[in-house]
Amino acid sequence: MSHHIVEVDGLNYRYPDGTPALHEIRFTIRHGEAVAIIGANGAGKSTLLRHLTGILVPASGNVRVGDCPVLPSTLRQVRRTVGMVFQDADDQLFMPTVYEDVAFGPANQGLPPPDVEKRVADALATVGCSHLRDRPPYRLSGGEKRAVAIATVLAMIPDILVMDEPTAGLDARARRHCIGLLKAFAHTRIVATHDLDLALDVCERVIILHEGRVEADGAAQAIFRDTALLERCHLEPPLRMQGCPCGGKLGAA
Amino acid sequence: MTARSERIRTVDEFDLLAAADSPLHAIDPRAKLLTVLLAVAVIASYPRHTVAGMAPLFLLPAAWLALGRVPLGFVLRRLLPALPFVLLMAIFNPLIDRAPLVEAGGIALSGGWISFASILLRFLLGMSLAILLVACTGFNTLCSALLRLHAPRVFVVQLLLLYRYIFLLADEARRVRLAYALRSGGERAVALPVAGSMLGQLLLRVMGRGQRIHQAMLGRGFTGDLPVRHTFRWHRRDTLFLLGWAVWIILARAVNIPDQLGLFVIKALA
Repeated sequence: MSHHIVEVDGLNYRYPDGTPALHEIRFTIRHGEAVAIIGANGAGKSTLLRHLTGILVPASGNVRVGDCPVLPSTLRQVRRTVGMVFQDADDQLFMPTVYEDVAFGPANQGLPPPDVEKRVADALATVGCSHLRDRPPYRLSGGEKRAVAIATVLAMIPDILVMDEPTAGLDARARRHCIGLLKAFAHTRIVATHDLDLALDVCERVIILHEGRVEADGAAQAIFRDTALLERCHLEPPLRMQGCPCGGKLGAA
Repeated sequence: MTARSERIRTVDEFDLLAAADSPLHAIDPRAKLLTVLLAVAVIASYPRHTVAGMAPLFLLPAAWLALGRVPLGFVLRRLLPALPFVLLMAIFNPLIDRAPLVEAGGIALSGGWISFASILLRFLLGMSLAILLVACTGFNTLCSALLRLHAPRVFVVQLLLLYRYIFLLADEARRVRLAYALRSGGERAVALPVAGSMLGQLLLRVMGRGQRIHQAMLGRGFTGDLPVRHTFRWHRRDTLFLLGWAVWIILARAVNIPDQLGLFVIKALA
């Protein structure tokens, strides 16, 4: 299934004001992989994600999604393959009701109404929000908005899911729910996040960005144990791997 | 009301009313919309000095108020914000047009004051109908009705998006305002130079958000068309509703009913 592959090769990007953002980024993500892209603030995570969906065009280098390079002429194909969940769910939910919002993508794909209906019902059921279908998005809580935003993308049946900070601003329970969803998907998943415990839970592979470069790319467990590397990139190990300092002290005493 | 801004509360109330159920809610939105459009056109078509002649049209808002079970206070409160604009437009009439037009009980009324009253009446009629229309239909349903009546799509899409994001904008404005209030030492009014950069900030944020929304829309195959759900069907009662009101409105315009009524009463007494 070669069309689930994401290949980034020598990607460079500068912001319009000249600030360098990405430098010689290179990696390949294979079918069904779940990859976390982590890094400090301003490391270039969001900028990288924007290249994967063709929102930004590289200054040099290539991005390939499946069999086709991301170019202005292939954007329709790319956007059909890659579903992007935005950091701020409010940016993603622009229709008057949840139903219409989830139906937006499938309807634009030109599906007949019964199929659209089924897609919406399935997507909402997957994220556990079927009861919200007739509510306007601005009346939803943060967790509900996030789940519905994921449903809007799922309804388009993308091969690859790209998410920017899926757990930002969620309470503990909504975060758990979101992580559960991500783990359950069989899609190729690319998740940019500061939530390293999420990365540890969902992703077997981690790519660390530091000042616009790929600083490390490998198995999550190995990378999170490399404290020197994490420190160099202004990161800390996931809380779960930090041990309990309080328990340690008590043990020593 | 510190937690939520006044504007949000207003829109919320509209939504709550629109979600209610009443004989007026059950009417097809197109029938209501066309009735209001006809009424507004007729209201605008009266000669400058008409006052009493418009009175029969007040049957419309009165009946809709009752049929739609909308509280009178709600409509009056919504009328208030628009009043200053109307007064500003109308207030010059008494100053410019000072020729006496009618005399009642020894007091001469100038044409200006009569047309002033006429403008106020038009405002009351038109605005209250518009408010009742939105309150008993809901903004989104109204937009969907506009589409079905073949209003330009671009225009309706703008309205829908406006309604969707006005909440966020109000929220954002409120946060900026609050941040100012917390650090300005209890000053209520925003200092002019600060207001400038505050508005600039807000504008930039809105533009940034607009861009992100557009990207999200493109990501899901947006081609300039919002697929809107139409949830209503035209019944015979909608035809009757539209016809009935149209006849009344046109009758009120064609015949000066209060005049005729007055003449009739005088004749009967004589």
